[in-house]
Amino acid sequence: MTSDGPDLTLRHPVERFTLDNGLRVVLAPDRSVPVVAVSVYYDVGMRSEPVGRTGFAHLFEHMMFQGSANVPKMEHARLVQAAGGTFNGSTHQDYTNYFQALPSEALERAIFLEADRMAAPAITEENLRNQIDVVKEEIRVNVLNRPYGAFPWLQLPPIAFESFANTHDGYGSFVDLESSTVEDATDFFSRYYAPANAVLCIGGDLDPAEAEVLVRRWFDAVPARPAPPAPVVGEPSPTAARRGVVEDPLAPLPAVALGWRVPDPVGDLDTYLGTVLLTELLSEGDASRLERRLLHTDRVAVGQSSYLGLFGDPFDVRDATLLVTEVHHSADVPVDRVLTAVHEEVDRVATDGVEPAELARVQARIEAQLLQQADSVLGRTLAFASAELVHGRAELAGELAGRLARVTPEQVRAAAAGLSPDTAAVLELRATGGSK
Amino acid sequence: MSAPVLDMSLVPPLGEPRPALVPEVHETTLPNGLRLVVVPRPGVPLIELRLRVPFAATARTAAAHTARASVLTGAVLMGTAAHDQLEIAQLLQAHGGEMSVSDDADRLLFSTTMLPTGLGPVLGVLSELLTSATYPGGEVQAERDRVVERIEIARSQPRTIAGTALATRRYGAHPYGQQLPSAALVAAVTPAALRKLHRERVRPAGSTLVLVGDVDPAAALDLVGTALAGWATEGTAVTAPPVSAAPAQPLQLVHRPGAVQSNLRLGGQAPGRTDPQLPALRLASMVFGGYFSSRLVENIRERRGYTYSPRSGVEHLLAGSSVTVEADVATAVTGPALMETVYELGRMALTPVTEAELDSARRYLLGTMALGTATHGGMASTLSALFGAGLSADWLAEHQRALLTVGIDEVTEASRRWLAPSALTAVVVGDADLVADQLRVLGPVEVSAPAVEAQS
Repeated sequence: MTSDGPDLTLRHPVERFTLDNGLRVVLAPDRSVPVVAVSVYYDVGMRSEPVGRTGFAHLFEHMMFQGSANVPKMEHARLVQAAGGTFNGSTHQDYTNYFQALPSEALERAIFLEADRMAAPAITEENLRNQIDVVKEEIRVNVLNRPYGAFPWLQLPPIAFESFANTHDGYGSFVDLESSTVEDATDFFSRYYAPANAVLCIGGDLDPAEAEVLVRRWFDAVPARPAPPAPVVGEPSPTAARRGVVEDPLAPLPAVALGWRVPDPVGDLDTYLGTVLLTELLSEGDASRLERRLLHTDRVAVGQSSYLGLFGDPFDVRDATLLVTEVHHSADVPVDRVLTAVHEEVDRVATDGVEPAELARVQARIEAQLLQQADSVLGRTLAFASAELVHGRAELAGELAGRLARVTPEQVRAAAAGLSPDTAAVLELRATGGSK
Repeated sequence: MSAPVLDMSLVPPLGEPRPALVPEVHETTLPNGLRLVVVPRPGVPLIELRLRVPFAATARTAAAHTARASVLTGAVLMGTAAHDQLEIAQLLQAHGGEMSVSDDADRLLFSTTMLPTGLGPVLGVLSELLTSATYPGGEVQAERDRVVERIEIARSQPRTIAGTALATRRYGAHPYGQQLPSAALVAAVTPAALRKLHRERVRPAGSTLVLVGDVDPAAALDLVGTALAGWATEGTAVTAPPVSAAPAQPLQLVHRPGAVQSNLRLGGQAPGRTDPQLPALRLASMVFGGYFSSRLVENIRERRGYTYSPRSGVEHLLAGSSVTVEADVATAVTGPALMETVYELGRMALTPVTEAELDSARRYLLGTMALGTATHGGMASTLSALFGAGLSADWLAEHQRALLTVGIDEVTEASRRWLAPSALTAVVVGDADLVADQLRVLGPVEVSAPAVEAQS
């Protein structure tokens, strides 16, 4: 077992400063390839949405691409792409991010574009109506028009959680989306898109001193506004098992998802790291416990996966969050047989523990995966940015491989002991249609 | 916000580009015919491995071949003379790896990442898989059953329905028309058939092994030479028969009752990797619908809100390249969305693009080629495809130079030949009761039911 965690941090030293308007800036230079990545993370996600405005964080993400004070509609994309770069944005449970990967000579242009829309996105009636239509098509293509579209990320939370923040549909109801107004959007912008509520992270082929000059040149002028109070997304741990059923008329085969509450990923990171390794041990690859049991020993499943957080990144979510195990099984296998097998495998880890050799293999695999993510300038930059926003320490992204390598078999055993059938949420998907 | 006063002069100009990095490519052919390509790169301490084996079907055996291949990709990992499935997975996992085996119409691909110390052991496992995979009966049967169910899930996805319909329409009886195997043929696959297929087709002749990352070329050559020396020396590679242009056909509407969207798919032939018209067509495809700054996105997404993610692209298979156009649109605007798509295609073919459009597309293609090869994994996959097509790493620099010199007239010429609506085959998957009449306004429509089972 080699550990490259400390190595990674050394090769990508992180520098940070804060502007007078409150914007936190992180620079992660690495000049080995002529590529820079520029990302802005706003501390507002699906869990920040008010009642009646489901889907608004994501809709607003679309509005940030509609032009800004000095950039006409479509021009943001053109200015990045005509420089040879790529861009995107995404809305998560706890943040919304925007990012570009470009040849390094386009660094100042990307900084300008992010500053311009942080100051004044073009929130007009026409742009809003257009993007409501586009978002509805996005929901149709990803959810409504295909089998398993909302499973389980939109369908499990209402069973697993209690609060509106955690249970509502983060893609948004069509009613809420269609009734959104320009005033809602300007209020949302004013409240959540303050520089003091954001992190700017730039990684790759840059000189930190020069980059700081460019950042100050364009971002210093963005007016300061107070950051909103931190959202309250935690909630008490469940004390009972919960179970629900959804019918999917498009799905040919049934599926089931289990969700267990796990330790606070931020406040109790050390304990949580045991859960991260447990998740890998259970489900990652052909050697994993559930792959062997469900597919190869019992032969009851077509596929299985387990992950932390509804979006699959264990380190970019706050409390409250879930370990989700998802199993697609044959129609002639009763769902309780699948559930029993999953619980038995978890219990086996909790009761018998884990051999150090097995844990070392899992650690080698996760190390390789973290290194793969870090090989891309964009992947590394996004990891630094989310670590800064969610954990308050960009450096954590470079330290994870090393910290995971130090997790003990006992920590993994303890994590498994926390996954009780008595507090699990179970969502059964019944295939009620056919393959039409 | 009120309508802003725009001052585009504020936009910072681009600085001086840094020279593109030229990969250090070490290429050798081993005595058994395997080509070895090693690229040491700075970056993270990992090695990416890609072994590409020619695996095309012949016209006569396409249906059975596709069915067997769909099981073989999983079953090859289920045991060797020395290790069972779990041991194989554990041996790889101990070095940070996991072997993924996939197939397409041209090749079988073994791929994994690994920590650098794992190169020897991982090559050892790869050698076992190539020379002594056992295809144990019970495991093969279980895998076969899973593949049948996965095919059923795949066939319920509208994008799969659309993709298979277009392939069948375009390629007819050519093996490329077989996108998804028939479940009935998969259910009939036997361990003996897999062993025979493996013996006949998993051969070093025509195969390429690519290693990229934290790797020393001389040491890698030694390790590969030793580990794979026992891989059979005889055999010849099978490539797919030539593809001919699809006949002119009316638009096919695949009826999907209750669909809340329609999946528009257009496809046609495109110039191959070495065709001098490829750079012009790639640029034309970008301007048309290849990226966000394109005409199609501006029209049917940003102006009209018909769709979330329309796109066009150029894809290469060995026996024929393709240009494809895709948009998933709201049912109510299916006709208008197709009309706008055809309008934009016609505009490409009949009127010149602007200098700004061409320049933007050119810089984007050059930039994304650089981004796409800026990681070990991206470089490994790119080189695997190039060497698999009989080319070398030089193709990258040559293609970049060619992109730089393409002018507006060449883009129009390429568009006229390859992007003209009359040159493309069109398929729509949607609720025929709601969209057939809209589509008939634009031309003849042939309505069909979804193919539940491929012709077998």
